Amino acid sequence: MLEKTLQLSLNGLMAGAVLAVPAIGLTMIYAVLRFVNFSVAAHMAVGAYAGYMLNAWLKFSAWLAVVGAFVAAGAAGIASDHVALRPLRGYSALTIAIASIALNLMIESTIRFFFGGSPRDYAIPLRRDWTFGFLHVGPQQVENAAIALIAMALLFVFMMLTITGKAMRAVADNPMLADSKGIDPDRMARLAVGIGMGLAGIGGMLVGLDTSIDPLVGFRAILSVFAAAVVGGLGSVPGAVIGGLAIGLSEELSLLALPATYKSAIGFLAILVVLTFRPRGLLGAKTA
Amino acid sequence: MTSYLIAMATFASIYAILALGLNVMWGMAGMVNLGIVGFYAFGAYISALLTVNAHAPIALGFLAAMIGTAAMGALVTLGIMRLRDDYLAIVTLGFAEVVRIVAENEIWLTRGTDGISGIPQPLKHLLGADFNLAYLIFCLVIVALTLFVLERVRTSPFGRVLRAIREDAQVAAFAGKDVLKFKVKAFALGGALAGLAGALYAHYTSYIVPEIYVPLLTIYIFLALTAGGIGNNFGAVIGAFVVVFFLESTRFLIGVVPWLSAEQLAALREFLVGLGLLLVLYARPRGLMPEPLPRLAGPS
Repeated sequence: MLEKTLQLSLNGLMAGAVLAVPAIGLTMIYAVLRFVNFSVAAHMAVGAYAGYMLNAWLKFSAWLAVVGAFVAAGAAGIASDHVALRPLRGYSALTIAIASIALNLMIESTIRFFFGGSPRDYAIPLRRDWTFGFLHVGPQQVENAAIALIAMALLFVFMMLTITGKAMRAVADNPMLADSKGIDPDRMARLAVGIGMGLAGIGGMLVGLDTSIDPLVGFRAILSVFAAAVVGGLGSVPGAVIGGLAIGLSEELSLLALPATYKSAIGFLAILVVLTFRPRGLLGAKTA
Repeated sequence: MTSYLIAMATFASIYAILALGLNVMWGMAGMVNLGIVGFYAFGAYISALLTVNAHAPIALGFLAAMIGTAAMGALVTLGIMRLRDDYLAIVTLGFAEVVRIVAENEIWLTRGTDGISGIPQPLKHLLGADFNLAYLIFCLVIVALTLFVLERVRTSPFGRVLRAIREDAQVAAFAGKDVLKFKVKAFALGGALAGLAGALYAHYTSYIVPEIYVPLLTIYIFLALTAGGIGNNFGAVIGAFVVVFFLESTRFLIGVVPWLSAEQLAALREFLVGLGLLLVLYARPRGLMPEPLPRLAGPS
């Protein structure tokens, strides 16, 4: 029992690190633009397919392909936001959120149009699990968690140490004040969407490396991703990291008591429980 | 061709009842429900299981479906009463997914992904070939009855309080209205309608399976209601018929662009649904038929 718990905790932390990446993307966009962007799911798929083309067709390594996933999903995010959602700025957050659902459907169906709906696999070698005592870990899982951690570390450096990162945090904190200090809100919005959807793209590819990809690869994970962001507190980047780890852990540990098919319901339960006791999530801001 | 049109009109009527249910929750009381398909599924399963497993009369199945989904609506409201719009959207979407996961996994009860077949169709043995037309008329009568009742609700003091809560719950509470009680009632009423729609579907097609109840269906209903006019009951019904007409007319695209595969055509159709919803949101935030609001005498 103890061995199983430890094994599941290890799996949960690695899955949670991967989950945290798109959750950060969602929460960043929320922090700057103040609406829940459901098209994170489709941008996860964009990243997964961009990475797939680089990896399976052009024979790039998974590490390089992940960079491509970031760039492609980020660019798609900026373009789709500009065309589809920007005309609705000023409408209620709910209207824009519903528009983002429509956008999500359009992007997913575009991918399905060109790539079909059947699952595809990355060109990665099958490797034997590593064994440490009674613990087993898949090398790919470790690699995915490492990529996730590197992405988060780079983001941390950007947000904390660069002028642009500080400007973005200023906009998230107080848009009026930031505007009066000469920070261009449109530029910050584009940047938040670009980085946020880029991170979603990385998340989509990492999920795909673990299993396989199809146009709904992001949508199937969206409940867990949202749960991570909401549990941590929408708008809080550190919250999304903690939320991701918490959701990853709870989903894996739920296997002690529940059949695996109920794993995706755990995120929903976590959202309900956390919101009942802390309506703004663990690290959510007091305002707005 | 006639039977095809009858079938499509029947589905449009069922969607209309779903859109009316969503209108009570979202249009009247201002609580968005991205999980309407979960209520629809719940109603369908209640009626199907009662009539297939327990051999209950179909009327009892319908009644139980409505009571069950109403109770579920009331329960859900208690869980979500403190949430803001954006959280509400996420939680209700998750709710519908959980309903589907349960239907897929509790095989002892729901037969999982095999689905439930042989759901009795009312008076099928008497009507024979006329069943489809009779069922369409039955559905249309129910739509008309629902419309009548909801219009009464909308213009009643109850409807007025719901509008007040939608616009500003704090002011409504300050005016002495028990906000939670009204929200629970609105969600129960909307849920009962979705459950009714679910039972109508189950006893029409005679077969239900969890994969019917996907979020895409919720998007259809949102498209119907936003196109018709959020807050307008007649708009909801017209919107549902427009959406079904739009969905079905894209089927005939295959004659125009024969080089597309079935998969690509399905993808194209979903793309157009998304585009339609987006365009409706841009062009007419209030839909084809804006909500009819009573005129107030302003200061002269």
